[in-house]
Amino acid sequence: MQEIQSLMAGFAVAMTWFNLALMLAGVTLGVLIGVLPGLGGANGVAILLPLTFTLSQTPGGATSAIILLSCIYWGALFGGAITSILFNIPGEPWSVATTFDGYPLAQKGRAGAALTAAFTSSFIGALVAVILITFISPVIARFALQFGPPEFFAVYLLTFSAFVGMAKGTPFKTVVAMMTGFALAAVGIDTVTGQLRLTFGFTELLKGFDFLIAVIGLFGIGEILLTIEEGLEFRGTKAKLDLRVVLDTWKELPKYWKTSVRSSVVGCLMGIVPGGATPASFMAYGLAKKMSRDGEEFGTGKVEGVVAPETAAHAAGTSALLPMLTLGVPGSPTAAVLLGGLLIWGLQPGPLLFVENADFVWGLIASMYLGNIVGLIVVLTCVPLFASILRIPFSIIAPVILVICAIGAYTVHTSIFDVWLMLVFGVLGYVFKKLDYPMAPLVLALVLGDRAEDAFRQSMLGPDGSLAVFFANPLVGTMTGVSLLLLFWPLISRALAIVRGRNGRGG
Amino acid sequence: MEEKKSVASMRAAELAMSAVFLAFGALVMWDSRRLGASWGEDGPQAGYFPFYIGLFIVLSSVVIIFRALNLGEKGRAPFVEWGQLRMVLAVMAPTVVYVALIANPWFGLGIYLASAVYIAFFMKYLGKYPWTKIAPVSIGVVVFFFLMFEVWFKVPLPKGPIEAAIGFN
Repeated sequence: MQEIQSLMAGFAVAMTWFNLALMLAGVTLGVLIGVLPGLGGANGVAILLPLTFTLSQTPGGATSAIILLSCIYWGALFGGAITSILFNIPGEPWSVATTFDGYPLAQKGRAGAALTAAFTSSFIGALVAVILITFISPVIARFALQFGPPEFFAVYLLTFSAFVGMAKGTPFKTVVAMMTGFALAAVGIDTVTGQLRLTFGFTELLKGFDFLIAVIGLFGIGEILLTIEEGLEFRGTKAKLDLRVVLDTWKELPKYWKTSVRSSVVGCLMGIVPGGATPASFMAYGLAKKMSRDGEEFGTGKVEGVVAPETAAHAAGTSALLPMLTLGVPGSPTAAVLLGGLLIWGLQPGPLLFVENADFVWGLIASMYLGNIVGLIVVLTCVPLFASILRIPFSIIAPVILVICAIGAYTVHTSIFDVWLMLVFGVLGYVFKKLDYPMAPLVLALVLGDRAEDAFRQSMLGPDGSLAVFFANPLVGTMTGVSLLLLFWPLISRALAIVRGRNGRGG
Repeated sequence: MEEKKSVASMRAAELAMSAVFLAFGALVMWDSRRLGASWGEDGPQAGYFPFYIGLFIVLSSVVIIFRALNLGEKGRAPFVEWGQLRMVLAVMAPTVVYVALIANPWFGLGIYLASAVYIAFFMKYLGKYPWTKIAPVSIGVVVFFFLMFEVWFKVPLPKGPIEAAIGFN
């Protein structure tokens, strides 16, 4: 039980008054970000990242910085439920399934019950995922210490193939978005040969594209443009959360323990796979609908219909940090931004983190427990406050958010060129959303592009430098094989459907 | 109704976007060829990885173009309506002016003054607020950011004449 010991040491790191204050600030800010249109977990963390640099340079500061940023993430995850239930506006893609039963409940005047159920099940989902991280991640990290470049390239391949294999729309759009991310990552000075790639003589392009700019533009500006297109007027239900409603709902919740367990498992499994939170929430909702006694009534406002997707989404959102911590491969755009934070603070993400920066890792894991408790208390007590923010007219909130985005983009490299770039990414994000191109693969490819390419080239430089190296031992061979299976899954599933169809007609 | 009139069809937008990607992919491939996209003595050359990335972009956009041509009824759906486009432009145009005002070689206002002007403009023309409401919001937000970035976090942002006048540089 070495993990318990490490975790206790982590609590000792995380439980200072300063860090607890940061948690409170981070969670509150995060809920605010999750509630506001145009600001979400990914770009909210991206905008605040440059501000943590001075903090991270003090002793133990990197841990405080990650606690602040990860708590913003938890807060944003909680905040998504508020807009879904009260305003029928999913703040994040994985909150869509929460609107199915959450909004009808609010219309029936049971907004308080829906919110309590959502927050509590979010908390439980996150808790299960954190427990998973506590016990599984040291094992994975220890295992991954033996990884060489081919294994790491196979992990990257697996990550990106999962995006293609699990794409909701056409896989080709996923490929285009992802490859555009890789191409943008290649811009600038090639690390191996020192040659200039894709700069076409522009000095601004020498340092390449920073993914933080892309995140702020794609998710921030793009989202604002989409919202404004609707000629936005918030029409929301009033929210009141008194202790009695909370306690009554808590009495009701244990009835749905089966749904909670199922959704947590679905969430944790899907969360480790990149882009898994959204499908996890839909899958959990679908499963609950199929298996529940009153599944027929789902969609009319059942508390169980809120429990299922919220538990799964939070379990997935939290377990997305597992591959980020152990392998240095983020599972979601927000995890990618947190990974970018580690690099800025001078930490090397990957399995060695558990050996060289044990304080940091265990401090972070301990803060996940504490941060989610703080988050639950904050959201349960402050819902009316956050809901009232949504009533501020859009013509006041939109320019302020755009100013925040501009400042955030500027502070990444103190460059005004980046602010222009952010606007370009904003328009791209708007068109992407309208034409159903996925944005997460682009962001992840932009983050991992250089490292994936380095891993590939280093594998090729090895003693047997050919593509055969990716099948050289059972471990890397299995990963490559699974990747290829996932990559061609859209084709395979179509072929299977045709075969099955023929058999069906024959028999 | 004029407002509901479609500016571009879904098909046209799909085709335009994939044409952009097609050109982008071709550009990536072309530049990678210049760098050398084959196998050097010591493994792949600098252009090897990007070359195939460009190739994937080109191939996938060709598929998307074919799918767009066969969209049928769905392809005629509007990509954006006039009323929507006007709203988007009403936000985008002042934002472009705003970024231009922050810093330029001729009359850079600095980020704080430009932000105050931008928020005021936005509230006046899109929100139709009276100046008595605009002034406290725009100035208050900007002063808050000034304190936060320049004083508390010591992150310098672009400054202009006003900051110079009060001796903050």
